[in-house]
Amino acid sequence: MIFATVGTQLPFPRFLSALDAIAAKHGLDIFAQTCDPGASYAHMKSAAHCDPATFDGHIKTADRIVGHAGIGTILSARKVQKPVILYPRRASLGEHRNEHQLATVKSLENRTGIYVAYDDEQLEALMLRDDLEPLRSDDSPARASLIGYLHDYIGA
Amino acid sequence: MAIASGGGHWEQMMMLRDAFAGHDVTFVTTLAGLGERSGLSNVRIVPDCNRNKPVRAFFALLRILWVIISLRPQVIISTGALPGVIALALGKRLGARTIWVDSIANAEEFSMAGALARNHAHLWMSQWPSVATDNGATYAGSVL
Repeated sequence: MIFATVGTQLPFPRFLSALDAIAAKHGLDIFAQTCDPGASYAHMKSAAHCDPATFDGHIKTADRIVGHAGIGTILSARKVQKPVILYPRRASLGEHRNEHQLATVKSLENRTGIYVAYDDEQLEALMLRDDLEPLRSDDSPARASLIGYLHDYIGA
Repeated sequence: MAIASGGGHWEQMMMLRDAFAGHDVTFVTTLAGLGERSGLSNVRIVPDCNRNKPVRAFFALLRILWVIISLRPQVIISTGALPGVIALALGKRLGARTIWVDSIANAEEFSMAGALARNHAHLWMSQWPSVATDNGATYAGSVL
């Protein structure tokens, strides 16, 4: 199963329609969290929102996670150590307030386990690849550094 | 006192919680159930708010003020969003040391809340070196 998520704030029909077409073409098993109570798709199971326990169940079951380029998508994949495919929202298409999702993916796309689809062809190719690496949750030096700095500041 | 709205802000706070080791810490968030999910018992809930809903933000402010007065924290840290800014603004005036860690989602510029937090944070941090340099903030690492 592939779990798709668009976060909790805004629907993202361009992305979900592309996924639905890919699911139809290749017979993929996709469950999508749509943030859109009115949405339903012919070739994907979906729910507008998932409570935290249901969400955790989906990301554990999925073999990969695909979603808008929100920090929640990335941290969820990291938590269960699965590959993550990011499809950034475009403010130029009215999909967010500013282009921070493009900035996020440009900064993160070279990391192991993070894959970026800038268009539907790249999305389709990544959905079909069978050699995606997981996003590992090994403690990064950057995180240890931030925690150490804060610990020292708080204790000072 | 560690305050973060539900969602990505809270997840980032959880990834930083080792920074509070050895201190008596109370977590504050906007969504019931998040603390239990992370195995925390000392969690207070305040209303979520954003700048588009000033009345709700005012009620959130009252609740946050009450939490600060009852806890009297020496340090207040937030990873966002607006409830965190309110907590820093009130806490600084009440004598707490205040820390803002801007969300890692903001790779090119500070979040709106982060920009607001600037004047209320003793320590004002970005998780991106270039954003920190451009704005005169502190960079010491990131959650990823």
